[in-house]
Amino acid sequence: MNKLIDAARGVFLWVDDRLHISKLYESTAGHHVPQSSGSWFYVFGSATLLCFMIQVATGIMLAMVYVPSAAEAYTTLEYLTFHQYLGWFLRGVHYWGSNFMVGIMLLHMTQVFLFGAYKYPREITWITGVVLMVLTLGLAFTGQVMRFDEDAYWGLGIGVAIMGRVPFIGEQLVNMMLGGPIIASDTLSRFFALHVFVLPGGILALVSIHLRMVLTKGINEYPQPGMLVRRETYDKEYAAILKKEGVPFFPKAISKDLVAAAIVIFGIVACACLFGPKGPFGPPDPVQIDTLPRPDFYFLWIFAIAALMPDWMESVALLGGPVIIGIILFALPFFNGTGEKSWRRRPVAVMTVILTYLSLGLLTYLGHTSPWSPDMNAWKADPTPKSFIEGRSPLELQGSLVIQSMQCRNCHAIDGIGGQRGPDLADVGARLTKDQLVRQVIQGGGNMPAYGNNLSPDQVDAVVAYMVSLRTPGVAAARDSSQPGRPPME
Amino acid sequence: MNEEPTKPCACEASPKKTSRRDFLLAAGFGLNAIAGALIGIPLVGYVVSSFFKPNKLSQILLGPVEDFPEGKTRFASYKNPMPREWDGQTADIPCWVRRIKGNEFQVFAINCTHLGCPVRWFEESKLFMCPCHGGAFYEDGSHAAGPPPRGLYTYEVKVENGKLFIMGGVIPNLSNQNV
Repeated sequence: MNKLIDAARGVFLWVDDRLHISKLYESTAGHHVPQSSGSWFYVFGSATLLCFMIQVATGIMLAMVYVPSAAEAYTTLEYLTFHQYLGWFLRGVHYWGSNFMVGIMLLHMTQVFLFGAYKYPREITWITGVVLMVLTLGLAFTGQVMRFDEDAYWGLGIGVAIMGRVPFIGEQLVNMMLGGPIIASDTLSRFFALHVFVLPGGILALVSIHLRMVLTKGINEYPQPGMLVRRETYDKEYAAILKKEGVPFFPKAISKDLVAAAIVIFGIVACACLFGPKGPFGPPDPVQIDTLPRPDFYFLWIFAIAALMPDWMESVALLGGPVIIGIILFALPFFNGTGEKSWRRRPVAVMTVILTYLSLGLLTYLGHTSPWSPDMNAWKADPTPKSFIEGRSPLELQGSLVIQSMQCRNCHAIDGIGGQRGPDLADVGARLTKDQLVRQVIQGGGNMPAYGNNLSPDQVDAVVAYMVSLRTPGVAAARDSSQPGRPPME
Repeated sequence: MNEEPTKPCACEASPKKTSRRDFLLAAGFGLNAIAGALIGIPLVGYVVSSFFKPNKLSQILLGPVEDFPEGKTRFASYKNPMPREWDGQTADIPCWVRRIKGNEFQVFAINCTHLGCPVRWFEESKLFMCPCHGGAFYEDGSHAAGPPPRGLYTYEVKVENGKLFIMGGVIPNLSNQNV
C-alpha cells in the first residue's frame, strides 16, 4: 500500500516538476485572502462568472442548430424549441442564464459599491468591472436580437430611432449598426457576430484583467466601520491582515462560493424547466404591424424612461444619459478612492443604492404595465359597465356610442376598463364643466389629439352630454367657478 | 565583421554602432507594422464601409392608383429595393398610403418618429396610434399627441401613368428624415 502511495507521489512530483502545478496553485486558487472575505456577501462575483460560463456552453450548443439568417432564423428557433432533442431546455437555460447573469452582476456591483471595494488600490478592478457590465448588457441586447421575432425586429427599430438622434453622424451610425440602410439580413449577421464572437471575447479579455487584479491587489477585506483607507498606509495594513488571518482561497474560503454556484445553477435549471425559454413570438414580419413591441426584462426601465420623460429632454437624455452614467462610474474610484469603506458609515452610498434600486424597480414595473400605451383593441373589445349606461337619455347613449367607435376607449378607461393613457372617464362629469369638455374634445391638448375635425357638432354634443353624466351617484356636476351663481349644467 | 567589445566600454564611438541584432529587431518591427496594416486596414474598411456608404433612394412601385380609394388611408407594403436573397420576410416594408383626391397622395413611413414602432391607422377617429409610448398623429401625419418629436415621416411620391411610386429604401429616423 505504501509503495502504491509512493509511486503515485512520484508521478505527481514528476508532473508537477514539468507543469509547475503547485506553483500555479499558490499564485492563483491558493493565493491568500483575508478570512473575513469568505463571506456570503462575496459570492456574487464568482456567481456572475459562473453564469457567463453557462452562457458560453449553452450558446455553443445553440449555435450548432441556429442559423443566423433573416430568412431562416425564426424557423430554426421554432425547430430548436419544439423539435430538437432538449433544444427547449438549452434555450431555456440560455435565456434564464442571461437573466441571472444580469441580476447577479447587479448584486455584485452593489456589494462592491457598498463595501467600498472600488477604493484604493482596486480602481482598475472597478473600471474593468464597469466595462464588463457594459459588455454584459451588450450581450443581453444582441441576444434579444438573436431571438429573431417581432420583438427583435422592432427592438432594432428602437435602436435605429435612438442612433438616429446622434447629431451629425446619426445616419452613418444607423447604417453601420444595421449593415445597410434598412433592417435586413446583414443586420442579423452583424448582431450574431457581435453576440458570439466580439462581446464574449471582450468579456474573456476583461475578466482576465479583473481576476488578475484580484490576485495582485487582493480581495477587499470585510470592511470594519472606522477603518479608513489611506493611500500611504493601506498596502501595509492589507499585508498585515493577510499575515494575521490570511487563508488560501482554495480550499479555505471558497465554500460559500461553491454553495452559491450550486444555488445559481439550481435556480437557472428550475426556471428553464418551470417557465421554459422565451418566445419566439410572432415572426419577424414587418408587415404584421398588429404587434406590441416590448424589450426584454432588463431594458424595460429604459423603455419606461422613454415614455415618461419630458419630450424636450428626450434626445439629450437618451444619448447623454449613458455618457454621464459612464463618466460617474469610471470616475468613482478617483474622486472617492479613500476613506471609510463600511456602508454603515456611508449614508450617501446607501441612499444611492436604495434610490437606484427603487427607480429601476419602479421603472421596470411601469415598463411592464406600460400604462402610457393605448390599448389598441379597447374600442371594439371592452364593454361599457352597466351602471354607466342605465338611466341615460337617448342623447347621452348616443354619446357613449361615439366614445366607443371613435377609439376614445383606447386611451380612456371607464371605471378601470380600457386604456390607461388618459384619465379614467368614470367621474369626468364631476371634474370638468360642460364648456371645458367641449373645449377638450374639440381642441385636445394635454397629450390628447384634437377631435374637432373628426366629430360633427351633433357628435360633440352627444359625447359631452354623456361625459357630464359620468359621475359617482350623488356627486354634482362640475360648475364654472367664474360664474358662482349659475347652477350646474345638466 | 567587427565584434562588439566584450568588456563594458566607456568610450563614445562604439555604442552608436548598429549591430546586426538591432537591425533585425528594427526590421522585424517595421515589417510587422506593414504586415499589420495590410491586414488591419482592409479589416477596418470592411467593418466601417457601411458607415461611409451614402444612402440612395430607389423608385418603388406601390401599385395602380385605383388600389387606393380617394379620401381613405390604406395599408401597403413594398419590397426592399436592395434585397438579399436571404432577407426572408424582412424584405417586406409596410407603409400607409393616404389618397387625398385624384393624384394627390401622402405616403407615411410605418415607423413612429419617437422610437420607430409601427403606427396603426384608425379610420373612425382618423388617427395613427403607436403601441409603444402612445404617440398619436392626425390623418395628414402631423403630430397629435404623445412623445414623438415630429409628425410622421413621409415618402416622396410620384404618380406616372396611373401608377403610384415612392422614393424609398432607407429606414427613416431623425437623422434621415426624407425616408
